[in-house]
Amino acid sequence: MTNKVWVYVDQFKGEALPASWEAVTAGRDLADKMGTGLTAIVIGSGVEAIANTAIQYGADEVLLADDASLEDYRANPYTAVFAKAAADAAPDVVLFPTTSRGREVAAMAAIDLNTGVLVDVTAMETEGDAILATRPVYAGKLLCKVKCATRPQLVTLRVRSFGKPELDESRTGTTTAIDAVMAEDEIATKVLDYVDAGGGVSLSDANVIVSGGRGVSSNPAEAPADLSAEDQEIWKAHEGFRLIGELATVLGGAVGASRAAVDAKYIPYAHQVGQTGKVVSPDLYIASGISGAIQHLAGMRSSKVIVAINKDADAPIFKLARYGVVGDLYDIVPALTVALKERLGK
Amino acid sequence: MKIIVFVKQVPDSAASVAVEDGKVTWGDAPLVINPWDEYAVEAALALTEAHGGDVVAISMGSEDAKEALKHSLAMGCAEAILINDPAFAGADSAAAARILAAAAQKVGDADLVIFGKQAIDSDTGVSAAMTARVLGWPAITLVAAIDALDADAKTIQAQRAMEEGRQVVSSKLPAVLSIVKDYGEPRYPSFMGIRKASKAEIPMWSAADLGITAPEAVVSWPEIMSPPAREIANEIIEGGSPEEIAATLADKIMAEKVL
Ligand SMILES: Cc1cc2nc3c(=O)[nH]c(=O)nc-3n(C[C@H](O)[C@H](O)[C@H](O)COP(=O)(O)OP(=O)(O)OC[C@H]3O[C@@H](n4cnc5c(N)ncnc54)[C@H](O)[C@@H]3O)c2cc1C
Ligand SMILES: Nc1ncnc2c1ncn2[C@@H]1O[C@H](COP(=O)(O)O)[C@@H](O)[C@H]1O
Repeated sequence: MTNKVWVYVDQFKGEALPASWEAVTAGRDLADKMGTGLTAIVIGSGVEAIANTAIQYGADEVLLADDASLEDYRANPYTAVFAKAAADAAPDVVLFPTTSRGREVAAMAAIDLNTGVLVDVTAMETEGDAILATRPVYAGKLLCKVKCATRPQLVTLRVRSFGKPELDESRTGTTTAIDAVMAEDEIATKVLDYVDAGGGVSLSDANVIVSGGRGVSSNPAEAPADLSAEDQEIWKAHEGFRLIGELATVLGGAVGASRAAVDAKYIPYAHQVGQTGKVVSPDLYIASGISGAIQHLAGMRSSKVIVAINKDADAPIFKLARYGVVGDLYDIVPALTVALKERLGK
Repeated sequence: MKIIVFVKQVPDSAASVAVEDGKVTWGDAPLVINPWDEYAVEAALALTEAHGGDVVAISMGSEDAKEALKHSLAMGCAEAILINDPAFAGADSAAAARILAAAAQKVGDADLVIFGKQAIDSDTGVSAAMTARVLGWPAITLVAAIDALDADAKTIQAQRAMEEGRQVVSSKLPAVLSIVKDYGEPRYPSFMGIRKASKAEIPMWSAADLGITAPEAVVSWPEIMSPPAREIANEIIEGGSPEEIAATLADKIMAEKVL
């Protein structure tokens, strides 16, 4: 265990999150630059297959904590395993994906290891074994360079900010088993259930996002007359989100929303993009019926190609859009779905 | 029940933030309570309404931060405390967590310590987990709903919003929570609350009051800058029927090679 660069692999129910492989890819790069090997640490139960995949993505060695007590993610037992391994082997750098679990384990381990954490980093430079990281602050209105004086430097990488991972099935490496650190009766939290598990909205990983805003409620169709005014509005908006969903499906993407759409109950909060929603950077972001308030832009401004569809030619979203259509989303979105379906041969 | 809620004061989310002479400025935009922390205050108040007890709001920052505390008092918190010491100025997240933990210890006997999800200035979102670790208490972060709380048995059951959906967990108290937006809309300050808050004396605690020396910061930020301007060629697609416009747009999107 002499590798100076480590990666923490985040997994759920035995499946690694794609962001973990982005971190392994970034870790491989960093290890090569620093002239050292790459260790991946995998924690869970029934997660052996992940260890093998981590090697194929670029790890030289995997530390594998596979134990029934680690079946479900819980902050304390997971942190205990990671912090003990890191204290024993003293790596210089550990990269984590900035997922809910990755961020939390990094934060807690920083306390245990008396070190610091550089959170949600979008770029890294090296000076010897020191990392100079760049991270957005104030919702991306500013960028900040950060560094950590102590070791290990714990760094969480923003999802979709580093290169795409590539699998090399011919790669080999070693896997070393490590033990769980906490006994079940020492753990104060119990996981009882998952609700909506699997039905979660994976906006952060999405390559394409099609979003709708308050504009989806201006549906030309008549809502059933027996509904209340609020329900009529929601009825109209649901039709708009159905059209948006169809476009997203054709593009293999996810559905996003503005806060106005979420607050008006057109769609659940899990879809909200923005400063108090999810921060995303897909390759293609299509905003329809969204004005482009600063808090919305904060969540999607780093998207590669932005398309805006809005009735109002003066909507601020057009300033950020590579392509804009001034028009009614109820006309344009279904027509775009047909046109793209044809071109994609679907 | 005694609940502590940590609130931070930040520039308004609509502020145009910029860097001038290496310093962050936000013009005359107001400073407000961190929007995520309003959900934390709401959860704390709702729990004490259901189970009895009081909420203490604590902020660390300059004297300006009293505004965030007054907002918390106006929403219904019973007490507010400002942690203020020039020695704490350069604190990184871990140092801040040690200071906040010391404040929670000084308040004493808390059943729950509640945080917002993230501060919208630094955007780090680690304080709840770190403070829990310093206190040695369980952390239940990203709480979207609280299903049950037993003040006598000192247990809680909550739903955490994760990538895959919600994880339902139970835990012993005392515990540290962070609250996300699904929890429910925060209440507005009441008229009486605003009057009470405007008259409230907010005690200030220094490092000496907390009985600690300023923890050393290990994370530094040598440079802060405006992001490089992004050159975006804006192209409005117009002319013809929706089908024609959609066809042109589809061709352009295909040519971007992002699909
Ligand atoms: C603390 C704070 C945090 C916030 N966080 C977020 C956040 O995370 N995410 C977020 O999105 N917002 C956030 N907001 C809210 C934000 O300020 C805006 O209110 C919100 O983004 C507006 O949503 P919208 O664009 O859907 O609605 P509107 O601003 O009402 O815009 C609707 C648009 O739809 C267009 N339109 C109407 N009908 C049609 C049609 N048939 N076809 C095409 N276009 C049509 C209109 O021209 C208009 O431009 C936050 C606000 C605050 C104060
Ligand atoms: N200076 C502070 N004073 C009080 N609470 C804070 C402070 N900084 C952070 N917090 C709390 O920690 C949460 C997460 O902040 P952060 O980890 O900085 O993103 C915030 O939502 C607040 O509840």
